[in-house]
Amino acid sequence: MEKNYYVCTGCGMLCDDIEVESEKNIVNKVYTACRVGVAHMKEGKESAAFRIDNKPVDEATAISEAAAILKNAKNPLIFGLGTSTNETQKLAIELAKKASATLDDTSSFCLGRVVEALLHNRFKVCTLDDVRNKADVTIFWGADPSDSHPRHLSKHSYFPRGTEKQRGWEEERTAIAIDVRKSHTAKICGNHFFQIPPGGDAEFIDALIAALAGKLPKTSYNFPPKRILELANILKGAKFGVVFVGLGLIYSLENIEPLVRLMDALNGKANFHLIPMVGHYNMRGFNETLFEETGYVNSVKFEDGTVKHGPEYSIVESLKAKTVDAALIIGSDPLSSLPRSVSKNLLEIPVISMDPCETLTSRNAKVYINTAISGVESGGSATRMDGVKVNFKPVVETTRLSDEAVLKKIMEAL
Amino acid sequence: MTNAMELYQMLPKTNCKKCGKTSCMAFAVALMARELTAEDCPPLKEESKYKESYEKISGLFKQSEGATETGLIVHEDLCFGCGNCVVACPPNVANDPYGVGSGNAPTNVNKLVLVIEDGIVKAQNLGECRRFGKNKILCNGCIVTCPVEAIEFV
Ligand code: SF4
Ligand code: SF4
Ligand code: SF4
Ligand code: SF4
Repeated sequence: MEKNYYVCTGCGMLCDDIEVESEKNIVNKVYTACRVGVAHMKEGKESAAFRIDNKPVDEATAISEAAAILKNAKNPLIFGLGTSTNETQKLAIELAKKASATLDDTSSFCLGRVVEALLHNRFKVCTLDDVRNKADVTIFWGADPSDSHPRHLSKHSYFPRGTEKQRGWEEERTAIAIDVRKSHTAKICGNHFFQIPPGGDAEFIDALIAALAGKLPKTSYNFPPKRILELANILKGAKFGVVFVGLGLIYSLENIEPLVRLMDALNGKANFHLIPMVGHYNMRGFNETLFEETGYVNSVKFEDGTVKHGPEYSIVESLKAKTVDAALIIGSDPLSSLPRSVSKNLLEIPVISMDPCETLTSRNAKVYINTAISGVESGGSATRMDGVKVNFKPVVETTRLSDEAVLKKIMEAL
Repeated sequence: MTNAMELYQMLPKTNCKKCGKTSCMAFAVALMARELTAEDCPPLKEESKYKESYEKISGLFKQSEGATETGLIVHEDLCFGCGNCVVACPPNVANDPYGVGSGNAPTNVNKLVLVIEDGIVKAQNLGECRRFGKNKILCNGCIVTCPVEAIEFV
């Protein structure tokens, strides 16, 4: 019997093998998904909510108020979209053009630089399915998928049998963790865990590059050279290697050049690919969609048919400089996630918040529109952390509007 | 889980040897190893003053019923459903190589030992577990692959 599988949009893995039992649009049982995914799928609530200044209003009032805010603003900020479908993201770009808006997503302060570089073909890449089928050496650098992407190791990167990996993980795979703390993933990696001090990543990269070239690896924090040489030896022997780049590594590097040098050095000796550990289920989709449209992955400003790009158009810098005078926040909670010194400026401008959940941002918004949970209550397509496109259908139905439907209505009202 | 000392505290402590063990402490150890059950201590079972202890000890071992043959216990509060144990468990791989063995959803749950339900691992068909039966071996596939020590054998 053909089974009916759903896609989980709980994280950037977009696991596509989830079975769900539901009744009367309530999810009762979820099979194969991890606990994060189950919580995500069971999050659904029924009633629609539109609010202005925290008081309930009807749909038409909320939409026209949102449109008015965007119309009256000289430079509105549109931000978020990491948990929206590709279709919604395309609409948001159209809306940004129409409203002469600044458009940005969370990637401007996390993995954007890495995704940008790989879209410019600066890294050799592969898919998670390649990893499962072929990878013999995987490095988790500044990443703890056991916490952030719970099924990562079991579905793709370490434990499963693959077409060219039939004998199992003990014999055919080596997993390596490089991190500042002994994470859950590091624990699984056992002796292949390399603990470095915070901020020590760039030096470790240079030491590793030296070791790959047969030189003595040195670090100011005196990491035992013998261990780095051992690591280099493992990496040199890789037939199909993968580096999973996490936030921990990116936050500790001033720019990604050391990472580019490392990947080049690894590929001088062996065969190494890179996959960014994207957290939100469709952040990579946003980056790719905007890249196709403008040549940039985030931090853009549309004006008179042109597009400008630069750090000054990121959410952090534009709020700091107070260059934006309204904000449309879609599926994100910058009031909680950004430093207070930056996010407080959001309180001074009218904010429209579209989110399936109440957040600090939604409670402080001028207009709040409670949207359907993307991937659970509404369908579409998204781009997995490795760039693979995934289509999905809703698991249950809801009366709440999808963020795509809300954006369409706001566009019409403009 | 409890330990032999805690069990000993609940026993009659008379060392009467009716259970076939040399002492109550030895009986407690046998309880832990699941060689004997509370019923094997006649005074505990029959004398009314031990009623409470008898029920408590019986209850303790009931908790892990279904897992008692192999002693497998899942700490549901710790498990977060990563599936590492499911994919690494040798009988799971042998019985469903292209489903769970390849990291995917099970193609047939009936023959699997470990499955993920509502984000938590569930142990079933323990007869298939390598720790069980005549040719049992000390398999630790599900222990070494768990990031949070959610599976334990007692
Ligand atoms: S790993 Fe991510 S996508 Fe997969 S089931 Fe868990 S939350 Fe969902
Ligand atoms: S029968 Fe009960 S009381 Fe007697 S030695 Fe055994 S455990 Fe102790
Ligand atoms: S002990 Fe081995 S066979 Fe038994 S459940 Fe664990 S991994 Fe599977
Ligand atoms: S028992 Fe451990 S390895 Fe198995 S699913 Fe739970 S957390 Fe993962």
